[in-house]
Amino acid sequence: MGNAHKTYRKRARRLYRILIVVSVLALITAIGAFYFYEDGNGPKGNPEYSDPLEAREVGQMEKSIDSVSGFIQAPGLQETITNCTTCHSAQLVTQNRMTKEGWLSTIRWMQKTQNLWDLGENEPIILEYLATNYAPEEKGRRENLEVVEWYVLEE
Amino acid sequence: MNRRKFVKKTTLVAMTGIVGCDIVFGSVMPEGYQPLSLQDPDPFKLFDKDREMVVLNDKPWNMEAQAHLLDDKITPSKYMFIRNNGLIPEDIDVENWVLTVDGESVKQNKSYSLQDLKSKFRHHTYQLTLECGGNGRSEFNPPAKGNQWTIGAVSSAEWTGVRLKDILEDVGIKDDAVYLGYHAADLHLSRNPEKEPISRGVPIAKAMQDETLLAFTMNGEDIPLVHGHPLRLVAGGWPASASGKWINRLSIRNIVHNGAKMGGSSYRIPCDPVAPGEKVPDEDMCIIESMPVKSLITYPKSGAMVSEGKKLNIRGHAWAGELEVKKMEYSIDFGSTWKTCILEKPTNRLAWQHFSVNIDLPKKGYYEIWARATDSKGVSQPMLLPGWNPKGYLNNACHRIAVKVV
Repeated sequence: MGNAHKTYRKRARRLYRILIVVSVLALITAIGAFYFYEDGNGPKGNPEYSDPLEAREVGQMEKSIDSVSGFIQAPGLQETITNCTTCHSAQLVTQNRMTKEGWLSTIRWMQKTQNLWDLGENEPIILEYLATNYAPEEKGRRENLEVVEWYVLEE
Repeated sequence: MNRRKFVKKTTLVAMTGIVGCDIVFGSVMPEGYQPLSLQDPDPFKLFDKDREMVVLNDKPWNMEAQAHLLDDKITPSKYMFIRNNGLIPEDIDVENWVLTVDGESVKQNKSYSLQDLKSKFRHHTYQLTLECGGNGRSEFNPPAKGNQWTIGAVSSAEWTGVRLKDILEDVGIKDDAVYLGYHAADLHLSRNPEKEPISRGVPIAKAMQDETLLAFTMNGEDIPLVHGHPLRLVAGGWPASASGKWINRLSIRNIVHNGAKMGGSSYRIPCDPVAPGEKVPDEDMCIIESMPVKSLITYPKSGAMVSEGKKLNIRGHAWAGELEVKKMEYSIDFGSTWKTCILEKPTNRLAWQHFSVNIDLPKKGYYEIWARATDSKGVSQPMLLPGWNPKGYLNNACHRIAVKVV
């Protein structure tokens, strides 16, 4: 094989390496941008989900949501994720609204019947997080109807 | 190296980065395949559900319908709510499935294969309404804990199977039998095999009703896995948790069954009414039996705009647990006046009934159409939330839709 061919192959290989590096960088940037965008815009990773519950939560509280777990970003988030999402999803927590007393009795019920471990020094941190961010709101005996979308009914 | 190989290689490098370790045999991974760790479980595909269904919880899986999705007279599987207390069984072995009947009150233990059940006993088909005890929970104030069901945790499908009473007669049960408790193949959320996610049941009298089935078919096909394949207890008109899925054992008890979710505040309400938010001791809680009278406007979807002078056609379903619905009414003026709807008889006992009516809306503006059913004992749906209870069960308040005349 001639020298010219070797040089060509060397160049091609170098070019290929550069191309890989560039595309990996581009991918990482794209993924980073995706997560960044997600953080600012919504609680769900999957835009195909339509979740009125969560839409309502975000609208009401104007709090930023951790895009991976779906929990509100606030002190105690990490302890809550670690202890509360091993057996069930975060959705079972974020759907609910309770006072500190209510959250504590739920934890005790899970410890008594559902194999939840002793939360130790994390218990007051988790309780504070839940009672602050998922507190009950006064709803009255019947709320106004919420119309998602008005449409023309053709018959 | 051609372009396709290049793309595949760089994609692999990126995937390796995300997964956090080398993908062994990555080079032989089929084209277009996503490693499992990168797959977002799509519940609508997974359970063959319509994309308008609403996911409340993905561990355990819980999903509900919206009112307008429940318009069919017989609910198709794609619009049927999903309620799970635990994890869906992973390996169903139909060939070797065994149903064991045991307990203090059987004359002797007996086991049946699926084939035995299907060939030894007569088959029966009924349309049966199943509503989650917590349907409507999201409206209670102060809020009740659990999945926040709105209105879509109800279905009325056609179930085919064998009568539970035929099996109990074949086994032979003693006079002291009080309750039937079920056991099933689902897994506890903690994955502890010693724990059952749910083990409820029904009093013997309910078990002996003609319509109480051990079903293997729903709407003419094998029951979908998520709804209890290969064997489901179906006790229409009662909280759907009484209709256990993936049944492999029935215990005939001489006491009220004490399995998981039979005690505490689970599927129980205060025996005597309490004020909202009141604490209720366990011993003052009573098990829910028949579900209350209720109805749903399934057409049109809330938010309809109609032209002035045109009649509005509405329709829906009504049901009343163990009872029949005797009267169906609607109001366009927030309950000031009520007019009657056309109400059909049920296909069979415990099936929901269909109603329809043509409505005149007198002038332009915003209206709410409220629907109210009355059962055979003269009991109607309340317009406001009924009695508060710790877990937010039995909300049968009137359903309503918003309509504008333009």
